[in-house]
Amino acid sequence: MNEAIRELLAKVGGLPVAVEQISDEEDLYNAGLSSFASVQLMLGIEDRFDIEFSDQFLNRKSFASIKAIERTVEAILKNNEDA
Amino acid sequence: MNAGAGNSLQQRATRVAAIAAQFADNVDTQARFPREAISAMKAEHLLGIQIPADLGGEAAQVEQIAEICSIIGQSCAASAMIFAMHHIKLSSLVEHGQSAQWHRAFMRRVAAEQLLLASATTEGGIGGDLRNSICAIEIDGDVCRLEKNATVISYGTEADAILITSRSGAEAASSDQVMTVFVKDQYTLEKTNGWDTLGMRGTCSEGFVFRGAGSTEQILPHPFAEIAAQSMLAMAHLLWSALWYGIAVDAVTRAQSFVRAAAKRAPGVQQPGALRVAEASNMLQMLKSEIVACLNTYRHAKDDSDKLASMGFAITMNNLKVGASQSILQIINHAMLVCGIMGYKNGTPYSLGRHLRDANSAQLMVSNERILGNTATMLLIHKQNTSLLG
Ligand SMILES: Cc1cc2nc3c(=O)[nH]c(=O)nc-3n(C[C@H](O)[C@H](O)[C@H](O)COP(=O)(O)OP(=O)(O)OC[C@H]3O[C@@H](n4cnc5c(N)ncnc54)[C@H](O)[C@@H]3O)c2cc1C
Repeated sequence: MNEAIRELLAKVGGLPVAVEQISDEEDLYNAGLSSFASVQLMLGIEDRFDIEFSDQFLNRKSFASIKAIERTVEAILKNNEDA
Repeated sequence: MNAGAGNSLQQRATRVAAIAAQFADNVDTQARFPREAISAMKAEHLLGIQIPADLGGEAAQVEQIAEICSIIGQSCAASAMIFAMHHIKLSSLVEHGQSAQWHRAFMRRVAAEQLLLASATTEGGIGGDLRNSICAIEIDGDVCRLEKNATVISYGTEADAILITSRSGAEAASSDQVMTVFVKDQYTLEKTNGWDTLGMRGTCSEGFVFRGAGSTEQILPHPFAEIAAQSMLAMAHLLWSALWYGIAVDAVTRAQSFVRAAAKRAPGVQQPGALRVAEASNMLQMLKSEIVACLNTYRHAKDDSDKLASMGFAITMNNLKVGASQSILQIINHAMLVCGIMGYKNGTPYSLGRHLRDANSAQLMVSNERILGNTATMLLIHKQNTSLLG
Protein backbone atom coordinates (compact mmCIF):
# COMPACT_ATOMS: atom_id res chain seq x y z
CA MET A 1 0.00 0.00 0.00
CA ASN A 2 2.87 2.34 0.88
CA GLU A 3 4.21 1.90 -2.65
CA ALA A 4 0.85 2.61 -4.25
CA ILE A 5 0.36 5.77 -2.18
CA ARG A 6 3.85 6.99 -3.06
CA GLU A 7 3.20 6.32 -6.72
CA LEU A 8 -0.01 8.38 -6.64
CA LEU A 9 1.67 11.13 -4.66
CA ALA A 10 4.41 11.35 -7.28
CA LYS A 11 1.80 11.50 -10.05
CA VAL A 12 -0.66 14.05 -8.66
CA GLY A 13 0.97 15.57 -5.54
CA GLY A 14 2.84 18.32 -7.38
CA LEU A 15 5.42 18.46 -4.58
CA PRO A 16 8.55 20.56 -5.01
CA VAL A 17 10.70 17.61 -3.79
CA ALA A 18 11.00 14.01 -5.01
CA VAL A 19 8.65 11.60 -3.24
CA GLU A 20 11.58 9.34 -2.28
CA GLN A 21 12.90 12.15 -0.11
CA ILE A 22 9.73 12.28 1.97
CA SER A 23 9.59 10.05 5.03
CA ASP A 24 6.43 8.18 5.99
CA GLU A 25 5.80 10.51 8.92
CA GLU A 26 6.60 13.83 7.26
CA ASP A 27 3.85 16.47 7.10
CA LEU A 28 2.78 16.54 3.46
CA TYR A 29 1.15 19.98 3.69
CA ASN A 30 4.34 21.49 5.03
CA ALA A 31 6.16 19.72 2.20
CA GLY A 32 4.00 21.74 -0.20
CA LEU A 33 0.89 19.61 -0.86
CA SER A 34 -1.81 22.05 -1.97
CA SER A 35 -5.47 21.50 -1.17
CA PHE A 36 -6.16 20.96 -4.88
CA ALA A 37 -3.43 18.31 -5.07
CA SER A 38 -4.64 16.64 -1.89
CA VAL A 39 -8.09 16.21 -3.43
CA GLN A 40 -6.53 14.75 -6.57
CA LEU A 41 -4.64 12.35 -4.32
CA MET A 42 -7.86 11.37 -2.50
CA LEU A 43 -9.61 10.74 -5.83
CA GLY A 44 -6.67 8.59 -6.95
CA ILE A 45 -6.78 6.58 -3.74
CA GLU A 46 -10.55 6.05 -3.97
CA ASP A 47 -10.06 4.72 -7.46
CA ARG A 48 -7.01 2.57 -6.71
CA PHE A 49 -8.42 0.89 -3.58
CA ASP A 50 -12.07 0.95 -4.65
CA ILE A 51 -13.19 2.78 -1.52
CA GLU A 52 -15.09 5.96 -0.68
CA PHE A 53 -14.00 8.46 1.94
CA SER A 54 -16.88 9.54 4.16
CA ASP A 55 -16.83 13.08 5.58
CA GLN A 56 -15.37 11.74 8.81
CA PHE A 57 -12.12 10.94 6.93
CA LEU A 58 -12.07 14.02 4.71
CA ASN A 59 -9.89 16.21 6.87
CA ARG A 60 -6.30 17.35 7.01
CA LYS A 61 -5.37 14.80 9.63
CA SER A 62 -6.29 11.78 7.49
CA PHE A 63 -3.95 12.98 4.75
CA ALA A 64 -1.26 14.72 6.80
CA SER A 65 1.46 12.11 6.02
CA ILE A 66 1.98 8.94 4.02
CA LYS A 67 1.58 6.98 7.26
CA ALA A 68 -1.69 8.80 8.05
CA ILE A 69 -3.05 7.98 4.60
CA GLU A 70 -2.16 4.31 5.12
CA ARG A 71 -3.98 4.31 8.44
CA THR A 72 -7.02 6.00 6.89
CA VAL A 73 -7.22 3.55 3.99
CA GLU A 74 -6.76 0.59 6.35
CA ALA A 75 -9.55 1.87 8.61
CA ILE A 76 -11.93 2.18 5.66
CA LEU A 77 -10.99 -1.26 4.23
CA LYS A 78 -11.56 -2.79 7.64
CA ASN A 79 -14.90 -1.01 8.01
CA ASN A 80 -15.97 -2.36 4.62
CA GLU A 81 -14.99 -5.91 5.62
CA ASP A 82 -16.90 -5.68 8.89
CA ALA A 83 -19.97 -4.31 7.22
CA MET B 1 -17.66 51.85 31.46
CA ASN B 2 -20.35 54.08 30.06
CA ALA B 3 -22.78 55.34 32.67
CA GLY B 4 -25.76 55.07 30.28
CA ALA B 5 -28.76 52.91 30.98
CA GLY B 6 -28.13 49.15 30.95
CA ASN B 7 -24.93 47.25 30.46
CA SER B 8 -25.86 44.14 28.53
CA LEU B 9 -23.68 43.55 25.45
CA GLN B 10 -26.60 44.52 23.27
CA GLN B 11 -27.18 47.79 25.10
CA ARG B 12 -23.49 48.65 24.94
CA ALA B 13 -23.45 47.87 21.20
CA THR B 14 -26.56 49.96 20.63
CA ARG B 15 -24.87 52.97 22.22
CA VAL B 16 -21.85 52.49 19.96
CA ALA B 17 -24.14 52.15 16.94
CA ALA B 18 -25.84 55.46 17.77
CA ILE B 19 -22.47 57.23 17.71
CA ALA B 20 -21.36 55.36 14.56
CA ALA B 21 -24.57 56.43 12.77
CA GLN B 22 -23.89 60.09 13.52
CA PHE B 23 -20.54 60.02 11.70
CA ALA B 24 -21.14 57.32 9.08
CA ASP B 25 -21.66 59.66 6.13
CA ASN B 26 -18.68 61.83 7.03
CA VAL B 27 -16.46 58.76 7.50
CA ASP B 28 -17.59 57.56 4.09
CA THR B 29 -17.14 60.79 2.15
CA GLN B 30 -13.81 61.62 3.77
CA ALA B 31 -12.61 57.96 3.66
CA ARG B 32 -11.39 58.50 7.21
CA PHE B 33 -10.97 56.23 10.22
CA PRO B 34 -14.23 56.15 12.25
CA ARG B 35 -12.47 57.33 15.41
CA GLU B 36 -15.67 58.31 17.25
CA ALA B 37 -17.18 54.81 16.85
CA ILE B 38 -13.94 53.03 17.73
CA SER B 39 -13.46 55.25 20.81
CA ALA B 40 -17.02 54.38 21.81
CA MET B 41 -16.22 50.64 21.43
CA LYS B 42 -13.25 51.15 23.74
CA ALA B 43 -15.31 53.17 26.23
CA GLU B 44 -17.87 50.34 26.29
CA HIS B 45 -15.02 47.81 26.68
CA LEU B 46 -16.19 45.91 23.60
CA LEU B 47 -12.72 45.17 22.24
CA GLY B 48 -11.87 42.64 24.97
CA ILE B 49 -15.19 40.80 25.41
CA GLN B 50 -14.02 37.62 23.63
CA ILE B 51 -11.08 37.14 26.02
CA PRO B 52 -11.58 34.60 28.84
CA ALA B 53 -12.60 36.05 32.20
CA ASP B 54 -9.38 34.98 33.94
CA LEU B 55 -7.47 37.21 31.52
CA GLY B 56 -9.73 40.18 32.07
CA GLY B 57 -12.36 39.63 29.35
CA GLU B 58 -15.97 38.48 29.37
CA ALA B 59 -15.66 35.16 27.46
CA ALA B 60 -18.22 36.35 24.90
CA GLN B 61 -19.23 33.69 22.40
CA VAL B 62 -19.21 34.03 18.62
CA GLU B 63 -22.98 34.51 18.39
CA GLN B 64 -22.84 37.43 20.83
CA ILE B 65 -20.05 39.06 18.83
CA ALA B 66 -22.00 38.44 15.61
CA GLU B 67 -25.02 40.21 17.09
CA ILE B 68 -22.86 43.25 17.86
CA CYS B 69 -21.48 43.23 14.30
CA SER B 70 -25.03 43.26 13.00
CA ILE B 71 -26.11 46.09 15.34
CA ILE B 72 -23.17 48.32 14.39
CA GLY B 73 -23.43 47.24 10.73
CA GLN B 74 -26.89 48.81 10.61
CA SER B 75 -25.30 52.20 11.40
CA CYS B 76 -21.84 52.23 9.83
CA ALA B 77 -20.56 49.20 7.94
CA ALA B 78 -16.93 50.37 8.07
CA SER B 79 -17.02 50.61 11.88
CA ALA B 80 -18.66 47.19 12.08
CA MET B 81 -16.02 45.74 9.73
CA ILE B 82 -13.23 47.10 11.92
CA PHE B 83 -14.91 45.58 14.98
CA ALA B 84 -15.32 42.25 13.13
CA MET B 85 -11.70 42.16 11.89
CA HIS B 86 -10.41 42.95 15.38
CA HIS B 87 -12.40 40.05 16.84
CA ILE B 88 -11.38 37.67 14.03
CA LYS B 89 -7.74 38.35 14.96
CA LEU B 90 -8.52 38.05 18.65
CA SER B 91 -10.10 34.63 18.04
CA SER B 92 -6.72 33.32 16.85
CA LEU B 93 -5.24 34.32 20.23
CA VAL B 94 -8.18 33.03 22.27
CA GLU B 95 -8.41 29.69 20.43
CA HIS B 96 -4.72 29.04 19.77
CA GLY B 97 -2.68 31.23 22.10
CA GLN B 98 -3.85 30.25 25.56
CA SER B 99 -1.05 27.77 26.13
CA ALA B 100 1.61 30.42 25.53
CA GLN B 101 2.76 32.79 28.25
CA TRP B 102 3.44 35.71 25.91
CA HIS B 103 0.03 35.49 24.29
CA ARG B 104 -1.77 35.18 27.63
CA ALA B 105 -0.04 38.31 28.86
CA PHE B 106 -0.88 40.06 25.59
CA MET B 107 -4.57 39.13 25.90
CA ARG B 108 -4.58 40.68 29.37
CA ARG B 109 -3.24 43.87 27.81
CA VAL B 110 -5.85 43.82 25.02
CA ALA B 111 -8.63 43.57 27.62
CA ALA B 112 -7.17 46.13 30.04
CA GLU B 113 -5.96 48.70 27.51
CA GLN B 114 -8.60 47.99 24.82
CA LEU B 115 -5.93 47.48 22.16
CA LEU B 116 -7.07 47.37 18.52
CA LEU B 117 -5.72 44.46 16.42
CA ALA B 118 -5.22 44.51 12.65
CA SER B 119 -4.54 41.78 10.12
CA ALA B 120 -1.92 41.36 7.41
CA THR B 121 -2.52 38.19 5.42
CA THR B 122 -2.81 39.64 1.89
CA GLU B 123 0.55 39.91 0.14
CA GLY B 124 1.82 41.37 -3.13
CA GLY B 125 2.17 38.51 -5.65
CA ILE B 126 -0.22 36.25 -3.71
CA GLY B 127 -3.39 38.33 -3.36
CA GLY B 128 -6.19 36.86 -1.31
CA ASP B 129 -4.80 33.31 -1.20
CA LEU B 130 -4.17 33.50 2.53
CA ARG B 131 -2.90 29.93 2.79
CA ASN B 132 0.29 30.80 0.90
CA SER B 133 3.02 33.31 1.71
CA ILE B 134 6.09 34.56 -0.09
CA CYS B 135 7.70 36.40 2.85
CA ALA B 136 9.44 34.35 5.54
CA ILE B 137 10.05 35.05 9.19
CA GLU B 138 13.74 35.22 10.02
CA ILE B 139 14.74 33.66 13.30
CA ASP B 140 17.95 34.73 14.97
CA GLY B 141 18.24 33.29 18.49
CA ASP B 142 15.30 34.70 20.46
CA VAL B 143 14.66 37.43 17.93
CA CYS B 144 12.33 37.19 14.94
CA ARG B 145 12.24 39.62 12.05
CA LEU B 146 9.77 40.00 9.21
CA GLU B 147 9.43 42.15 6.13
CA LYS B 148 6.21 41.80 4.15
CA ASN B 149 4.74 43.56 1.15
CA ALA B 150 1.30 43.78 2.74
CA THR B 151 -0.91 45.25 0.03
CA VAL B 152 -3.99 45.65 2.24
CA ILE B 153 -3.92 46.32 5.99
CA SER B 154 -7.17 47.85 7.19
CA TYR B 155 -6.64 50.69 9.74
CA GLY B 156 -2.93 49.73 9.69
CA THR B 157 -1.74 53.07 11.03
CA GLU B 158 -4.43 53.18 13.74
CA ALA B 159 -3.92 49.66 15.11
CA ASP B 160 -2.07 48.88 18.33
CA ALA B 161 -0.82 45.51 17.03
CA ILE B 162 -0.78 43.56 13.77
CA LEU B 163 -1.19 39.80 13.38
CA ILE B 164 0.76 38.88 10.29
CA THR B 165 1.30 35.67 8.32
CA SER B 166 4.53 34.47 6.73
CA ARG B 167 6.38 31.28 5.87
CA SER B 168 7.75 29.64 9.02
CA GLY B 169 11.36 30.08 7.90
CA ALA B 170 13.61 30.76 4.93
CA GLU B 171 13.50 27.13 3.74
CA ALA B 172 9.76 26.54 4.34
CA ALA B 173 7.28 25.79 1.54
CA SER B 174 4.81 28.59 0.71
CA SER B 175 1.99 26.83 2.60
CA ASP B 176 4.11 26.17 5.73
CA GLN B 177 3.05 29.33 7.53
CA VAL B 178 3.01 30.90 10.97
CA MET B 179 1.22 33.93 12.37
CA THR B 180 3.04 36.41 14.59
CA VAL B 181 1.80 39.24 16.79
CA PHE B 182 3.83 42.44 16.51
CA VAL B 183 2.96 45.38 18.74
CA LYS B 184 3.03 48.95 17.53
CA ASP B 185 6.49 49.94 18.77
CA GLN B 186 8.00 46.84 17.11
CA TYR B 187 7.25 47.68 13.48
CA THR B 188 7.28 50.38 10.84
CA LEU B 189 4.80 50.78 7.99
CA GLU B 190 5.96 52.30 4.73
CA LYS B 191 2.86 53.26 2.77
CA THR B 192 2.66 51.83 -0.75
CA ASN B 193 -1.06 52.12 -1.65
CA GLY B 194 -3.92 54.46 -0.80
CA TRP B 195 -7.56 53.49 -0.18
CA ASP B 196 -9.81 55.60 -2.39
CA THR B 197 -12.45 52.95 -3.00
CA LEU B 198 -16.07 52.49 -3.97
CA GLY B 199 -17.12 51.45 -0.46
CA MET B 200 -15.92 50.42 2.99
CA ARG B 201 -13.97 53.66 2.80
CA GLY B 202 -13.68 54.09 6.55
CA THR B 203 -11.68 50.87 6.92
CA CYS B 204 -8.67 52.80 5.52
CA SER B 205 -7.26 49.57 4.09
CA GLU B 206 -4.01 50.96 2.76
CA GLY B 207 -0.99 49.02 1.51
CA PHE B 208 2.34 49.01 3.32
CA VAL B 209 5.72 47.46 3.45
CA PHE B 210 5.70 46.05 6.98
CA ARG B 211 9.05 45.74 8.77
CA GLY B 212 8.98 44.28 12.27
CA ALA B 213 11.21 42.70 14.88
CA GLY B 214 10.21 41.04 18.14
CA SER B 215 10.74 38.01 20.33
CA THR B 216 10.25 34.50 18.88
CA GLU B 217 7.72 33.99 21.71
CA GLN B 218 5.35 36.23 19.77
CA ILE B 219 4.91 33.61 17.03
CA LEU B 220 1.64 31.75 17.67
CA PRO B 221 2.49 28.23 18.86
CA HIS B 222 0.33 26.43 16.25
CA PRO B 223 0.82 26.24 12.47
CA PHE B 224 -1.23 28.88 10.64
CA ALA B 225 -2.86 26.04 8.63
CA GLU B 226 -4.50 24.89 11.84
CA ILE B 227 -5.47 28.39 12.95
CA ALA B 228 -7.05 29.14 9.57
CA ALA B 229 -8.97 25.87 9.37
CA GLN B 230 -10.09 25.66 12.98
CA SER B 231 -11.13 29.20 13.81
CA MET B 232 -10.09 32.03 11.54
CA LEU B 233 -12.00 31.19 8.35
CA ALA B 234 -15.17 30.30 10.24
CA MET B 235 -14.96 33.41 12.43
CA ALA B 236 -14.35 35.62 9.38
CA HIS B 237 -17.24 34.24 7.38
CA LEU B 238 -19.60 34.36 10.35
CA LEU B 239 -18.75 37.86 11.57
CA TRP B 240 -18.56 39.34 8.06
CA SER B 241 -21.93 37.82 7.19
CA ALA B 242 -23.41 39.22 10.40
CA LEU B 243 -22.37 42.78 9.58
CA TRP B 244 -23.37 42.42 5.92
CA TYR B 245 -26.76 41.32 7.21
CA GLY B 246 -26.79 44.53 9.26
CA ILE B 247 -26.29 46.61 6.08
CA ALA B 248 -29.18 44.78 4.40
CA VAL B 249 -31.43 45.15 7.46
CA ASP B 250 -30.97 48.90 7.45
CA ALA B 251 -31.67 49.10 3.71
CA VAL B 252 -34.93 47.18 4.13
CA THR B 253 -35.87 49.31 7.12
CA ARG B 254 -35.44 52.42 4.96
CA ALA B 255 -37.52 50.91 2.14
CA GLN B 256 -40.21 49.92 4.59
CA SER B 257 -40.45 53.40 6.08
CA PHE B 258 -40.57 54.86 2.56
CA VAL B 259 -43.60 52.72 1.73
CA ARG B 260 -45.21 53.37 5.10
CA ALA B 261 -44.86 57.14 4.69
CA ALA B 262 -46.41 56.93 1.22
CA ALA B 263 -49.24 54.76 2.54
CA LYS B 264 -50.01 57.36 5.19
CA ARG B 265 -50.12 60.11 2.59
CA ALA B 266 -52.52 58.14 0.40
CA PRO B 267 -54.65 55.89 2.58
CA GLY B 268 -56.44 53.00 0.85
CA VAL B 269 -54.10 53.04 -2.18
CA GLN B 270 -51.91 49.97 -2.73
CA GLN B 271 -48.28 51.13 -2.74
CA PRO B 272 -46.29 49.85 -5.72
CA GLY B 273 -43.19 49.39 -3.54
CA ALA B 274 -44.99 47.28 -0.96
CA LEU B 275 -44.53 44.02 -2.87
CA ARG B 276 -40.81 44.64 -3.25
CA VAL B 277 -40.56 45.23 0.49
CA ALA B 278 -42.29 41.89 1.02
CA GLU B 279 -39.80 40.21 -1.33
CA ALA B 280 -36.87 41.89 0.41
CA SER B 281 -38.17 40.77 3.77
CA ASN B 282 -38.34 37.22 2.43
CA MET B 283 -34.69 37.33 1.27
CA LEU B 284 -33.61 38.91 4.54
CA GLN B 285 -35.26 36.12 6.50
CA MET B 286 -33.44 33.47 4.46
CA LEU B 287 -30.14 35.22 5.03
CA LYS B 288 -30.79 35.49 8.75
CA SER B 289 -31.70 31.80 9.00
CA GLU B 290 -28.54 30.84 7.13
CA ILE B 291 -26.33 32.90 9.45
CA VAL B 292 -28.03 31.56 12.58
CA ALA B 293 -27.75 27.96 11.31
CA CYS B 294 -24.04 28.44 10.58
CA LEU B 295 -23.45 30.03 14.01
CA ASN B 296 -25.01 26.89 15.52
CA THR B 297 -22.90 24.65 13.29
CA TYR B 298 -19.75 26.41 14.47
CA ARG B 299 -20.75 26.28 18.11
CA HIS B 300 -21.38 22.54 17.90
CA ALA B 301 -18.17 21.85 16.00
CA LYS B 302 -16.00 24.11 18.15
CA ASP B 303 -14.88 21.49 20.63
CA ASP B 304 -14.39 18.74 18.06
CA SER B 305 -11.18 19.39 16.14
CA ASP B 306 -11.98 16.60 13.64
CA LYS B 307 -15.27 18.22 12.76
CA LEU B 308 -13.69 21.66 12.45
CA ALA B 309 -11.04 20.22 10.12
CA SER B 310 -13.57 18.37 7.96
CA MET B 311 -14.43 19.32 4.40
CA GLY B 312 -18.11 19.37 5.23
CA PHE B 313 -17.53 22.18 7.71
CA ALA B 314 -15.32 24.18 5.33
CA ILE B 315 -17.90 23.87 2.54
CA THR B 316 -20.67 25.06 4.88
CA MET B 317 -18.69 28.17 5.88
CA ASN B 318 -17.66 28.90 2.29
CA ASN B 319 -21.28 28.65 1.20
CA LEU B 320 -22.31 31.09 3.92
CA LYS B 321 -19.79 33.70 2.74
CA VAL B 322 -20.59 33.41 -0.96
CA GLY B 323 -24.35 33.30 -0.36
CA ALA B 324 -24.46 36.20 2.09
CA SER B 325 -22.25 38.43 -0.05
CA GLN B 326 -24.50 37.87 -3.07
CA SER B 327 -27.87 38.10 -1.36
CA ILE B 328 -27.21 41.44 0.35
CA LEU B 329 -26.73 43.02 -3.08
CA GLN B 330 -30.09 41.69 -4.22
CA ILE B 331 -31.78 42.86 -1.04
CA ILE B 332 -30.32 46.37 -1.20
CA ASN B 333 -31.19 46.56 -4.88
CA HIS B 334 -34.80 45.78 -4.00
CA ALA B 335 -34.75 48.53 -1.40
CA MET B 336 -33.40 50.88 -4.08
CA LEU B 337 -36.27 49.99 -6.44
CA VAL B 338 -38.70 50.84 -3.64
CA CYS B 339 -37.16 54.19 -2.69
CA GLY B 340 -36.37 55.24 -6.25
CA ILE B 341 -34.57 58.54 -6.64
CA MET B 342 -34.87 59.19 -2.88
CA GLY B 343 -32.75 56.09 -2.35
CA TYR B 344 -30.34 56.95 -5.14
CA LYS B 345 -29.70 60.46 -3.82
CA ASN B 346 -27.34 61.08 -0.93
CA GLY B 347 -28.55 62.92 2.16
CA THR B 348 -32.18 61.78 2.27
CA PRO B 349 -33.65 59.59 5.04
CA TYR B 350 -33.92 56.86 2.37
CA SER B 351 -30.41 57.11 0.87
CA LEU B 352 -28.97 53.74 -0.06
CA GLY B 353 -25.81 54.65 -1.97
CA ARG B 354 -23.46 53.97 0.93
CA HIS B 355 -25.19 50.66 1.68
CA LEU B 356 -24.85 49.51 -1.89
CA ARG B 357 -21.22 50.62 -2.19
CA ASP B 358 -20.20 49.05 1.12
CA ALA B 359 -22.04 45.84 0.25
CA ASN B 360 -20.10 45.51 -3.00
CA SER B 361 -16.91 44.82 -1.07
CA ALA B 362 -18.37 41.57 0.27
CA GLN B 363 -17.85 39.59 -2.93
CA LEU B 364 -14.24 40.74 -3.21
CA MET B 365 -13.15 40.48 0.38
CA VAL B 366 -11.47 37.22 -0.35
CA SER B 367 -12.83 36.85 -3.84
CA ASN B 368 -15.95 34.72 -4.26
CA GLU B 369 -14.31 33.35 -7.41
CA ARG B 370 -11.46 32.01 -5.31
CA ILE B 371 -13.77 30.63 -2.60
CA LEU B 372 -16.05 28.96 -5.15
CA GLY B 373 -12.94 27.44 -6.74
CA ASN B 374 -11.92 25.93 -3.40
CA THR B 375 -15.42 24.63 -2.76
CA ALA B 376 -15.55 23.17 -6.27
CA THR B 377 -12.31 21.26 -5.57
CA MET B 378 -13.67 19.88 -2.30
CA LEU B 379 -16.91 18.81 -3.97
CA LEU B 380 -14.94 16.52 -6.29
CA ILE B 381 -14.46 14.26 -3.29
CA HIS B 382 -16.93 15.36 -0.61
CA LYS B 383 -20.25 13.53 -0.64
CA GLN B 384 -23.33 15.61 -0.10
CA ASN B 385 -25.30 15.27 3.10
CA THR B 386 -28.77 14.58 1.70
CA SER B 387 -30.70 14.73 4.96
CA LEU B 388 -32.78 17.78 5.91
CA LEU B 389 -31.90 17.99 9.58
CA GLY B 390 -28.58 16.14 9.86
C1 LIG C 1 -12.83 46.22 2.92
C2 LIG C 1 -11.65 45.31 2.81
C3 LIG C 1 -10.78 45.20 3.86
C4 LIG C 1 -9.67 44.35 3.80
N1 LIG C 1 -8.83 44.29 4.87
C5 LIG C 1 -7.76 43.47 4.83
C6 LIG C 1 -6.85 43.41 5.92
O1 LIG C 1 -7.03 44.10 6.93
N2 LIG C 1 -5.78 42.60 5.85
C7 LIG C 1 -5.56 41.81 4.77
O2 LIG C 1 -4.60 41.07 4.77
N3 LIG C 1 -6.38 41.85 3.68
C8 LIG C 1 -7.48 42.67 3.69
N4 LIG C 1 -8.32 42.73 2.60
C9 LIG C 1 -7.98 41.96 1.41
C10 LIG C 1 -8.85 40.73 1.22
O3 LIG C 1 -8.70 39.87 2.31
C11 LIG C 1 -8.45 40.00 -0.05
O4 LIG C 1 -7.17 39.56 0.04
C12 LIG C 1 -8.53 40.88 -1.23
O5 LIG C 1 -9.78 41.50 -1.26
C13 LIG C 1 -8.30 40.11 -2.48
O6 LIG C 1 -7.77 41.01 -3.41
P1 LIG C 1 -7.70 40.74 -4.97
O7 LIG C 1 -9.10 40.64 -5.44
O8 LIG C 1 -6.83 41.73 -5.60
O9 LIG C 1 -6.83 39.44 -5.08
P2 LIG C 1 -7.00 37.96 -5.52
O10 LIG C 1 -7.51 37.11 -4.43
O11 LIG C 1 -5.69 37.58 -6.03
O12 LIG C 1 -8.04 37.90 -6.68
C14 LIG C 1 -8.02 38.67 -7.87
C15 LIG C 1 -9.03 38.16 -8.86
O13 LIG C 1 -8.47 37.03 -9.51
C16 LIG C 1 -9.39 35.98 -9.60
N5 LIG C 1 -8.84 34.80 -8.89
C17 LIG C 1 -7.70 34.76 -8.19
N6 LIG C 1 -7.47 33.54 -7.73
C18 LIG C 1 -8.47 32.77 -8.12
C19 LIG C 1 -8.78 31.39 -7.94
N7 LIG C 1 -8.01 30.57 -7.27
N8 LIG C 1 -9.91 30.95 -8.48
C20 LIG C 1 -10.72 31.78 -9.19
N9 LIG C 1 -10.45 33.09 -9.40
C21 LIG C 1 -9.35 33.58 -8.87
C22 LIG C 1 -10.69 36.49 -9.02
O14 LIG C 1 -11.53 36.89 -10.07
C23 LIG C 1 -10.30 37.65 -8.20
O15 LIG C 1 -11.28 38.63 -8.14
C24 LIG C 1 -9.43 43.58 2.64
C25 LIG C 1 -10.32 43.69 1.55
C26 LIG C 1 -11.42 44.54 1.62
C27 LIG C 1 -12.35 44.63 0.46
